[in-house]
Amino acid sequence: MTERYSALALARHALTGARWPRAWRRADPKPHYDVVIIGGGGHGLATAYYLAKNHRVTRVAVLERAVIGSGNVGRNTTLVRSNYLLDGNTQFFEHSLRLWEGLSHELNFNVMLSQRGQIVLAHGPSQLDVLARKGNVMRLNGIDAELLDRGEVERLLPYLDFSERARFPIHGGLLQRRAGTVRHDAVAWGYARAASELGVDIIEHCEVTGFLREGDRVIGVETSRGRIGADRTAISVAGHTSQVAALAGLRVPVESHLLQAFVTEPIKPFVDHVISFGAELFYISQSDKGGLVFGGHIDGFNSYTQRGQFPKVQTVAECAVALIPSISRLRLLRHWAGIQDMTPDGSPFIGRTPLRDLYLNGGWCYQGFKATPAAGWCFAHTIAHAEAHPLIEHFSLERFLDGNGYDEYGLGNWTYRQ
Amino acid sequence: MLRIPCPHCGERDYTEFRYGGDASKTRPAHDERDVRAWHDHVFVFTNPRGPHREYWQHVQGCRQWLILERDTATNAVGTARLARDGTPA
Repeated sequence: MTERYSALALARHALTGARWPRAWRRADPKPHYDVVIIGGGGHGLATAYYLAKNHRVTRVAVLERAVIGSGNVGRNTTLVRSNYLLDGNTQFFEHSLRLWEGLSHELNFNVMLSQRGQIVLAHGPSQLDVLARKGNVMRLNGIDAELLDRGEVERLLPYLDFSERARFPIHGGLLQRRAGTVRHDAVAWGYARAASELGVDIIEHCEVTGFLREGDRVIGVETSRGRIGADRTAISVAGHTSQVAALAGLRVPVESHLLQAFVTEPIKPFVDHVISFGAELFYISQSDKGGLVFGGHIDGFNSYTQRGQFPKVQTVAECAVALIPSISRLRLLRHWAGIQDMTPDGSPFIGRTPLRDLYLNGGWCYQGFKATPAAGWCFAHTIAHAEAHPLIEHFSLERFLDGNGYDEYGLGNWTYRQ
Repeated sequence: MLRIPCPHCGERDYTEFRYGGDASKTRPAHDERDVRAWHDHVFVFTNPRGPHREYWQHVQGCRQWLILERDTATNAVGTARLARDGTPA
């Protein structure tokens, strides 16, 4: 039994010096489960939690090749927001943001949601028109959005380049006050702890090496720790979706690309919001430790190295300085790359696969982290009911076959062909 | 920095090139009527972790399309040759 975290428990431990129990139970694989989830990242753990919580499916195992949370859930820039334009995305990401808003209480684990507000900048009148349209769509869906003119942006973010010499003059922006950041590691730990509490087995250092098949039905997995049978099997391994799907004989519309993120040396509180540059793909916020956290585009060719290319460091640093000239002398402390599933239309896949009882969640492109709660929620529903949750019907694996590509930003893996 | 050995220009930074994707795909015949064959050609990727044969165009050099052998797990670069010479089996 996990101990409940509270101010009282904190005081008790401080006074008695009692050790905190392990946050989640280390499990050994059982021969059979109702659902086996491959991948112990944010999405896999969230899926396990919502299967147990919302659908009372508790004979669930999460199999992780390394240790939980060692992939992209700890490699992103921690932003959460729901300022999406396309019908379907708007509602899905708003569902996610609402889940984020209640997540610390839901999981009894502080995920440190900080709704500091996100401002997307417009650098020309037409771009401001586009943001106005997006803001209107959001407000019609009951989501907060405020269109800002140049003066209002300058009052909020006086440190941006408002000079005559600015390379990209600022015409205004779109503010979503409920957007912000989350402590990303806490998301993996919080979901793991809460899922484990509900009876989910989390099995680390257990690599899936094959699928057990009965005709076109998947009946379990072959792993480095033996065979595990399953009524239903779910793949949630973004970054390596192609490899795991290939074990089942499937080829998917995914290419693995590197996305880099950066942290500067810590400084005093300076950037109070999340800011998205409008002239390039660039986004910046400040961590609680004081480092400026930012990121940009993918490197531009498929790779699994988890080591980014240097020219992208230069591009991203140029964006940073074009936007905020005063940070030009800050030193970069770290930069790293995550392996990201890129799909042709920049949208993910959640749902069924051509094989019976095999489900797939992947292809998240730039948006995997902010989607974690809703993706877990909807994927769990899809697995439990064997049909797609209404919020993710447009994320089907077969959508290109019907000409139903779902392109919010034009940020698929084809940027190199533009 | 990824460096690509261009047969005309010698070894250059990858930033001089444009990436063109998987070169091991075969385009369906022009009169192919099966939608799935086109779907698979356009939208589906083998996306291997390991050896990968891919197109690059040397846009800031000789402007030739090349076929490069690269390992996607390490970014180790093998040989590059001209795409117009065709893909050996």
